[in-house]
Amino acid sequence: MKYQPIIGMEVHVELSTNSKMFCGCSADFFGVAPNTHVCPVCLGMPGTLPVINQKAVEYTIMTGLALNCQIQPHNVFARKNYFYPDLPKGYQISQYELPLCLNGYVDIETEESDTPKRIRVRRAHLEEDTGKLTHVNNHSLVDLNRAGVPLLEIVTEADIHSADEAYAYVTKLRQLVRYLGVSSGDMEKGAMRCEVNLSLTDPETGEWGTKVEVKNLNSFRSVRNAIAYEIERQTKVLSKGGTIDQVTMGWDENRAITFLQRTKEGDTGYRYFPEPDLPPLDLDPAWIEEIKTGLPELPDAKMARYTGDFELTQKEALVLVEDRSIAEYYESVVAVAGDAKGVTPKLVSNWVSGELFRLLGESGRNIADVEIKPARLVALIELVNANTINQPAAKKVFGVMFKSGRPPQEIVEELGLQQISDEDQLVSIARQVIADHPDPVEQFKAGKETVINFLVGQIMRVTRGKANPQLAEQALRELLQS
Amino acid sequence: MAKLSLEEVETIAELAKLTLTDAEKAMFQEQLSDILEYAEMLQKIDTTGIPPTASAIPLKNVMRPDVNTLSLDNEEALFNAPQTDEGSFKVQAVLE
Repeated sequence: MKYQPIIGMEVHVELSTNSKMFCGCSADFFGVAPNTHVCPVCLGMPGTLPVINQKAVEYTIMTGLALNCQIQPHNVFARKNYFYPDLPKGYQISQYELPLCLNGYVDIETEESDTPKRIRVRRAHLEEDTGKLTHVNNHSLVDLNRAGVPLLEIVTEADIHSADEAYAYVTKLRQLVRYLGVSSGDMEKGAMRCEVNLSLTDPETGEWGTKVEVKNLNSFRSVRNAIAYEIERQTKVLSKGGTIDQVTMGWDENRAITFLQRTKEGDTGYRYFPEPDLPPLDLDPAWIEEIKTGLPELPDAKMARYTGDFELTQKEALVLVEDRSIAEYYESVVAVAGDAKGVTPKLVSNWVSGELFRLLGESGRNIADVEIKPARLVALIELVNANTINQPAAKKVFGVMFKSGRPPQEIVEELGLQQISDEDQLVSIARQVIADHPDPVEQFKAGKETVINFLVGQIMRVTRGKANPQLAEQALRELLQS
Repeated sequence: MAKLSLEEVETIAELAKLTLTDAEKAMFQEQLSDILEYAEMLQKIDTTGIPPTASAIPLKNVMRPDVNTLSLDNEEALFNAPQTDEGSFKVQAVLE
């Protein structure tokens, strides 16, 4: 492609507090009857005063720290003035010149490189959400349950250069807010909403093109698709010698196109000024330190530990780290395995991202509902290590454990899955198998080495899968070579 | 400070969603310019070395715990609304 896309993103994250940003109404609005979580404050009635929700500030600081931002000691809220029916006060309380978080970054994984790419975060600030409008015929219905819900706006520098990078950034952001437990991050439920600023640069002249804003990106798919579409659209216009207007586009998910929304309102149009109803917020450094200490281990740190201490590959570590509760389950098994001989973090990883993921996917169950106690998974791995059961039997046992949470030893006995490792017994079975299959035996003796697998398979069949496969093969080879 | 231009008055009216007649524009041009001129007195004060402030009240760090309080019920919330429908405020269609 001739032009290089330059992309900056604004992501709005709804914080999962109990109450709204400035009043005690429930911040829960999804699927709630319209205008039932409202009060004089969030309805914008005259004479009311906002009071800052401490938890929302705490969540913002947590996120800011996770985004490697500097937390600003002196904070002021600001009024952003505009008229729209979803905004009952006629202004939104936001932050302008003095946001809570400044100058951070997020590292994302990309296809092109093994080293992560750094996306700089310019700022993250706290504001309140607007209400919801439903357009019916010639009028609009206003539901203000969402009005006043705490909203965190995270703004990047224009460091993103493709639809894939934007996708990776939003994915990483969702992972972070979920790890921190500050938001559900569900784009489908509007808990995360994206806007993109995109322009194309001519690499020959180095000239930046006109910036176009794309709104309404309410799913991961639409982030990727809308950017790809807009890059193509602008490339076409520029290739024909046309010019790009500075506009706001919307993304139509159904038709998969961007459409002109409105000409862009400049910052001056919002007439920001300090919010007179809220005294400034001077954060106590001790509080910030306390929040920092209480942060959970974040995905990047976990990755480093898993690939380092646990000796997992990048790929193995990535699938475990993706979801915090999976990672925590994995780690609790590894912790229990600490004393158990031969139960390595790698073996545990194989079970978790293999059988456990498969069964979770099949059953549609959540990791939180899994009843396999860490010690019991360790016990199962030990049974395999001690040759008490073989790998196929272990999978069978794991399936029963997944359903019932019962201890593996009990299941092994009940199903009679103990591996046959008795050499005399295996030799006598091997002798029988050789006698029953003269043709394959001839082939093997003639040099067709792979036939041994067929003969081992026959032993497994006779023993209903219980033979120790290594010992079975050994017994066969000894008999065939003698 | 120079008088507010007619164009600036028009911009302000547009942001306030007001439609003004020419006579009104001229009137507000006078009135708004007077207000600015009055406020300009503050510019004469020497504020060197004084940190900017966003608030005139001696208060800071007022926060509340994240606790739910009682909301209005739907009828109360809509009580003053000129038009309602299905539990919502009903307004003229706004499509830009």
